[in-house]
Amino acid sequence: MHLKSLALATAIGVLATGAMADTKVGMITTLSGGGAGLGLDVRDGFMLAINQSGRDDIEVVIEDDQRKPDIAVQLADKMIQSEKVDVLTGIIWSNLAMAVVPAATAQGKFYLSPNAGPSALAGQGCHPNYFNVAWQNDNLHEAAGAYANTAGLGNSFILAPNYPAGKDALTGYKRFFEGELAGEIYTELGQTDYAAEIAQIRASGADSVFFFLPGGMGISFLKQYADSGVDLPVVGPAFSFDQGILQAVGPAALGVVNTSQWNKDIDNPTNAAFVESFVAEYDRLPSLYASQGYDTAQLLISALEKADVSDQDAFRDALRAADFDSTRGEFAFGSNHHPVQTIYAREVIQEGDVFTNRIIGVALEDHADAYAADCKM
Amino acid sequence: MTFILIAEQILNGIQFGVMLFLMAAGLTLIFGVMGLINLAHGSLYMVGAFAAAAVAGASGSFILAVIAAMAAAAMAGVIVELAVIRRLYARDHLEQVLATFALILVFSEGTRWVFGSFPLFLDIPDYLSGPVTLPAGIQYPLYRLALIIAGLLVAIGLGLFITRTRVGIQIRAGENDREMTAALGVDIAKLYTFVFALGAALAGLAGALVGAIQSVQIGMGEPVLILAFVVIVIGGIGSIKGALVGSLLVGLTDTLGGVFLPEFFKLFADADVATATGSALASMAIYVLMACILIWRPTGLYGART
Repeated sequence: MHLKSLALATAIGVLATGAMADTKVGMITTLSGGGAGLGLDVRDGFMLAINQSGRDDIEVVIEDDQRKPDIAVQLADKMIQSEKVDVLTGIIWSNLAMAVVPAATAQGKFYLSPNAGPSALAGQGCHPNYFNVAWQNDNLHEAAGAYANTAGLGNSFILAPNYPAGKDALTGYKRFFEGELAGEIYTELGQTDYAAEIAQIRASGADSVFFFLPGGMGISFLKQYADSGVDLPVVGPAFSFDQGILQAVGPAALGVVNTSQWNKDIDNPTNAAFVESFVAEYDRLPSLYASQGYDTAQLLISALEKADVSDQDAFRDALRAADFDSTRGEFAFGSNHHPVQTIYAREVIQEGDVFTNRIIGVALEDHADAYAADCKM
Repeated sequence: MTFILIAEQILNGIQFGVMLFLMAAGLTLIFGVMGLINLAHGSLYMVGAFAAAAVAGASGSFILAVIAAMAAAAMAGVIVELAVIRRLYARDHLEQVLATFALILVFSEGTRWVFGSFPLFLDIPDYLSGPVTLPAGIQYPLYRLALIIAGLLVAIGLGLFITRTRVGIQIRAGENDREMTAALGVDIAKLYTFVFALGAALAGLAGALVGAIQSVQIGMGEPVLILAFVVIVIGGIGSIKGALVGSLLVGLTDTLGGVFLPEFFKLFADADVATATGSALASMAIYVLMACILIWRPTGLYGART
């Protein structure tokens, strides 16, 4: 009797699942090691939106890539072949995205990027099933170059780590910056001591410093820079000034101008609700990564309301329409499925005990990326 | 390329070297005395930095933070030695590497469990912040100068301890012939635990001192660990003097190479090419140095073992 009812329940369960046509989402992101803060923020932002939507027909499978490309590839294979996910998302780092995204889209899966936006996937390597909800890698650096022009800076010393995203960064800055370069340095990826570089900055006669040093590298650089007695103005992309690491940098970051497509004080109801519910749920302020995770989930939900994933063409059109309320206000995709968006200049301030950012102006309005023209799809 | 820039870079190299010494000294003692390859030494450095950040956050005192860092790292060292390392002395190096690598993972995830995934804040105390002007108009951060002095004091103290005290003599004896030392009535087990705790405390000290100018985060110890291994190979395994000379050589080569190699290539190549080749060669410089020294002296500068 007992066995029979169990079998019946299972049968009903199977039928019910079949009828509801669950959408399965595979999230591969970095949840351990040095870069875990970014992945946690993306995951928490994403799950916040899913939970708020109240939809129980979206199943999210979350796995940790440990910031290693080989592990990300294994996880993607597992998710596609045995978990049978419909949509993949979550990757933080460009080198991991390059290892996973082309293979996943070639197998007919959708990939929604909440962070990494390597130039190779925005230009010739673009794909109809690949959507980037964050930015193309160069964007925030281009905005930093544009901001430096309006701030009247004419002689920058620029530095970034020696890896693809670092090169994209300096290329992006130089694409918009009209002044002279006092020096250009590629540092080692993961470098923690910048005394030698700071001495070169001191000797270079520059009037400003642009740097792209994400995560712990930026913390080290800013603390050492503040203590060195060099007091040139610093500009950079938001990656060294996000909510997760500002508390570790402390007063050394105060007053630094950085560029971002999002900030917690962007004035729209979606953003206000997002910031409030994120703080209530996780007891910390959201970072730009969290906002990207949230927007990615909102995009997914908006598309699912219009079409089922099994109808690929309709679902793709629904994604392309980007018919959702973004934390950034207006949101639209360009022809290569990367955002066309306004990028702001922010300043690091202190609110009570907490270090955070406030918007001081617009760096680039409705900015698209430089690679869209190369994308044929 | 001015005199001031060169002088500042030399100071930077020395400061880097002195901090490497704190790591390498413990590593070389543990390797020399116990014949143990301890990959988890970098984790003890991380434990020191996290303990310092936690205590500095709670008490506001940097001195207390540094003391807590040494105590926490030493304690972690003793626990690890008693629980895990002790079983490894008789095993071969591969098994030691496997077990201590596992310890890295345990320490990293354990630290995340306690402190979370985001980097912690640890800052320079007010009385050591800002730059000072040295003779000849060299501007240099006071804190880095203090690091050089602190590191050199530890080096002198450690040298005296190893050469002049009874325990120091036992450590050197254990290094040369552990069976004979044990036969003479020295409690080798206790000595090993002590050496391990001493090495751990030095790593913790380095973590706290360096954590104040870098980021206190999970996995911060591993890059330093690799350099510390290079140092002890250059200096000769088991030699404190070798660790000091090796650290300064590696510190100076790394810092000066990174600055001057690109400049050197600019003399006869495009700026772009020069920067790329220069920085690529600079990141190899210390390994080239290591290779050259090993060709010249296969046991390292002060290594006695063959």
